[in-house]
Amino acid sequence: MAEFSLPANSKVHAGKTTSVKTSATKRAKTFRIYRYDPDKGSNPTEDRYEIDLDKCGPMVLDALIHIKNDIDSTLTFRRSCREGICGSCAMNIDGRNTLACLKAIDDVKGDVKIYPLPHMPVVKDLVPDLNTIYAQYTSIKPWLQSQSPAPSRERLQSPEEREKLDGLYECILCFCCSTSCPSYWWNGDKYLGPAILLQAYRWIADSRDEMTGERLDNLEDPFRLYRCHTIMNCTQTCPKGLNPAKAIAEIKKLMVARAA
Amino acid sequence: MSETSVAKKARPLSPHLQVYRLPLPAVSSITHRFTGIALTVGTLVLTWWLVAAASGPDDFDTAQHVLGSPIGLLCLLGWTWAFGYHLLKGIQHLIWDTGTGITNASARRSSALVFGGSFVLTAIVWIAAFAL
Repeated sequence: MAEFSLPANSKVHAGKTTSVKTSATKRAKTFRIYRYDPDKGSNPTEDRYEIDLDKCGPMVLDALIHIKNDIDSTLTFRRSCREGICGSCAMNIDGRNTLACLKAIDDVKGDVKIYPLPHMPVVKDLVPDLNTIYAQYTSIKPWLQSQSPAPSRERLQSPEEREKLDGLYECILCFCCSTSCPSYWWNGDKYLGPAILLQAYRWIADSRDEMTGERLDNLEDPFRLYRCHTIMNCTQTCPKGLNPAKAIAEIKKLMVARAA
Repeated sequence: MSETSVAKKARPLSPHLQVYRLPLPAVSSITHRFTGIALTVGTLVLTWWLVAAASGPDDFDTAQHVLGSPIGLLCLLGWTWAFGYHLLKGIQHLIWDTGTGITNASARRSSALVFGGSFVLTAIVWIAAFAL
């Protein structure tokens, strides 16, 4: 059953405010950041950091790094490539899920509110526990499976066959989409969610893969696939401009086609 | 090992509905469910009205009186809108089931159309109801 409010231990309390006074405060901006320290045992808080934008780069990730380096070293978040290819810095910024490294601070009007990916167990601050979603990824066997004997050279594809993977192979598994999906919020233990289903379709659509039937069998389930109600939050939020909703629709079409 | 599982149990859940700014297609989707619930209630009222009609003039008069009262009319107006909305959203879903129109721009446009169209349908029904 869907629970719309947060459990008692998850309610966000008001936190501390840290202000860095600058000589020229014209470029001041307030960041309101979700903080949770597992060692304290108290509820999460929303801490405010008033910073000088002249002290950091243009992206939200630059501001987070500036805060961690110069203001509060306890701030915890994942980041690596800082150019939208690793998927580490996925978080909820200004009410939508995106990559902090691709989100310009100037695109946010007013205070910049930063939360972890929604409806996930929080390890610390902006770091969610991704174990369940990784297990779901494993469950779709995200590798090429074939029954025919291995050829003596590469498995070839025509340009048209290869084109079918465009918009699928670019997924970096940041899970912005899955954690934006209300269906995944309410049924994340059983529903695979948009990121995993897009990956499932990536292998179904691959001309070299020979296990399409088994892959569809694995998805034919009221929860694993059919909890998708085309709410479209996934496609709306994907920082890579991909279309998980469309991939899921294609899987549903294949289900109907093979039943007919 | 047990220490890890205890720590895991205590992990807070990150905010979801509390912080997410729902895009128009998501608002449209949840409205679909709300109108569905409203229509279920509306169908019970319709059944009551039909039963009243079958039970005789006195019962039917009571039903007509209740539904014709300002609150009754307001409910009927709401149900007409819910019906129009649910119908149009259903058509959108039928189109989506063919794999058509599932893009950001198209979904925003069709969701706006569903909202706009539901008000137009409601207006048509009520103008027709009172003009006839």
